[in-house]
Amino acid sequence: MLSVERLSVTFETARGPLRAVDDVSFSLAPGRTVALVGESGCGKSVTSLAIMGLLPESARIGGGLTFEGRDLLALSPRERRKLAGGTLAMVFQEPMTSLNPAFTAGEQVAEALRVHEGLDHPTALKRAIEMLDRVRIPEPARRAAQYPHQLSGGMRQRVMIAMALACKPKLLIADEPTTALDVTVQAQILSLLAELKRETGTAILLVTHDLGVVADHADEVVVMYAGRVAETAPVEALFARPEHPYAIGLMGAAPRFATPGGRLASIAGTVPDLMAPPPGCRFAPRCPFGDERCAEQPPMAPLGQGHAAACWVAPIA
Amino acid sequence: MARWLLRRLGQILPTLLILSFGIFALQQLMPGDPALILAGEDRGDPQVLAQIRAELMLDRPLLEQYFHWLGRVLVGDFGFSWRIREPVSALILSKLPVTAQLASMSFLIALVIGIPAGVLSAVWKDKPADWGINAVALFGISTPNFWLGIMMIMFFSVHLGWLPPSGYVPLWEDPVQSLATTIMPAFVLGTGVASVLMRHTRAAMLTALSQDYVRTARAKGLMERVVVARHALRNALIPVVTLGTIEFGRLLAGAVLTEQIFSIPGFGKLVVDAVFNRDYPVVQGVVLVTALIFVTLSLIADILAMLVNPRLRAA
Repeated sequence: MLSVERLSVTFETARGPLRAVDDVSFSLAPGRTVALVGESGCGKSVTSLAIMGLLPESARIGGGLTFEGRDLLALSPRERRKLAGGTLAMVFQEPMTSLNPAFTAGEQVAEALRVHEGLDHPTALKRAIEMLDRVRIPEPARRAAQYPHQLSGGMRQRVMIAMALACKPKLLIADEPTTALDVTVQAQILSLLAELKRETGTAILLVTHDLGVVADHADEVVVMYAGRVAETAPVEALFARPEHPYAIGLMGAAPRFATPGGRLASIAGTVPDLMAPPPGCRFAPRCPFGDERCAEQPPMAPLGQGHAAACWVAPIA
Repeated sequence: MARWLLRRLGQILPTLLILSFGIFALQQLMPGDPALILAGEDRGDPQVLAQIRAELMLDRPLLEQYFHWLGRVLVGDFGFSWRIREPVSALILSKLPVTAQLASMSFLIALVIGIPAGVLSAVWKDKPADWGINAVALFGISTPNFWLGIMMIMFFSVHLGWLPPSGYVPLWEDPVQSLATTIMPAFVLGTGVASVLMRHTRAAMLTALSQDYVRTARAKGLMERVVVARHALRNALIPVVTLGTIEFGRLLAGAVLTEQIFSIPGFGKLVVDAVFNRDYPVVQGVVLVTALIFVTLSLIADILAMLVNPRLRAA
């Protein structure tokens, strides 16, 4: 349904061009959840903004983005707008700031319905209240009349989700939807997303750095490092047998997946500066397994059953 | 809300009281003896001077003078002008509509130019249109009103002969002529305020446009026009509303220089004449009314701020 083909995104900065996303490919089938995983700055948010068409005009986009057979990059702004918020919706990381403080929760959900389904004000508001009820907001009619500052963080994220799902999108991009929330609320929001996915069959692109969330909610995983894809795998395969040294390190660094009683591992070194990335494999300077081949960018090596890693050394036996 | 309003109204009276005493005390510092000015040719005669002083209570202690004046003001009597022997309230009532008309026209011009210019220059940030708007605004801020006024008179009245160079016709006597006499001073005053509004609107719009909720609005598939006008402008207007109300107050307080240049018989001219003639009751009356206008406008500004900013309503 969604196919990302060799996507690259470059920003012009005062210090020169910065390639935030470089040669990223993956695809997403209807009803599935793909997790885009990586550290801050690895390009996962930029990738999702590129799919939504929300990058600033100054960003240069290369490669291909195809959604239901349509080339997203070739669409006119008008056609793009028809998709955004309708069949293609997004939930952002910051529920505290992503809602407009000047409008009530109900108005903001209703707005999407008015634009995409052409509903009149009262009907849209009625549907908005139904949506708020659907995302398990108690007393939805009262909450719909409230402003964002009167709602808690979890409640605001529910409003964001209601807004995103109002027009029954085929693809929902959730960019760190729970990062800004309390742990208990995080679990509620994620199970809500899972429930809504079961009900509606919406495909989800889940952008996160939280491997626990990935293990519980994703079907497939795309691990990104410094703007590139390091490894793609079905979720079970990745956790059972990560192949890219970065993915291996990531697993070791996650509290939940560390060996019992063992110490939490960390990956030595720091993420490379994208203004001047290392030649070849970008993980090479931090990689304990690397050899002379790593001076060249490795291709994605197929490892069977949808599993692939961009590493010369993999599979590391 | 009702309690807030009552408390807010309760603040107005003390403010005005303190202010009125300030005015009263300060004008004692003005050089020149009003009795000498009023005596005219008889200023050499001590008996005449004493008589004038007794009549105007100038020989009484300052506090007594103040409370006497205040007592009368509280029942709506601002006293008589010493110079032209007319009730101060009548003078104020005859000048206030002139200034109100001029201020309203100026403010309308300022809003119509300033807000759209600010929005557009924020949307077109760092593009030639933005530079152009900023250059014009800088010109508007740094051009002295009297110079622009004189230039406009020279061009539109002397050179083209389209508009009367000076004078004033009340709105209810001849609306067309009234607009003709006030359009130039209104433009002079309005463009100055427009520049201020434009720069604040631009700054507030740039802040609003970089907010997450604007990205959310775009993600909803709204047209850029709707994103700018509904989602960004609505929030950007919050600081501009307060500023605009204060600017309107300044326009209502009278524009001394501009009124002089165009010979508009408004508040500014009234107070200048009164100061030069040591016509204390008129000065006090005008300043008090001006202060009342300002206090009222700041209350209106707060109410408007609550209307545009829901976060203030809960408090």
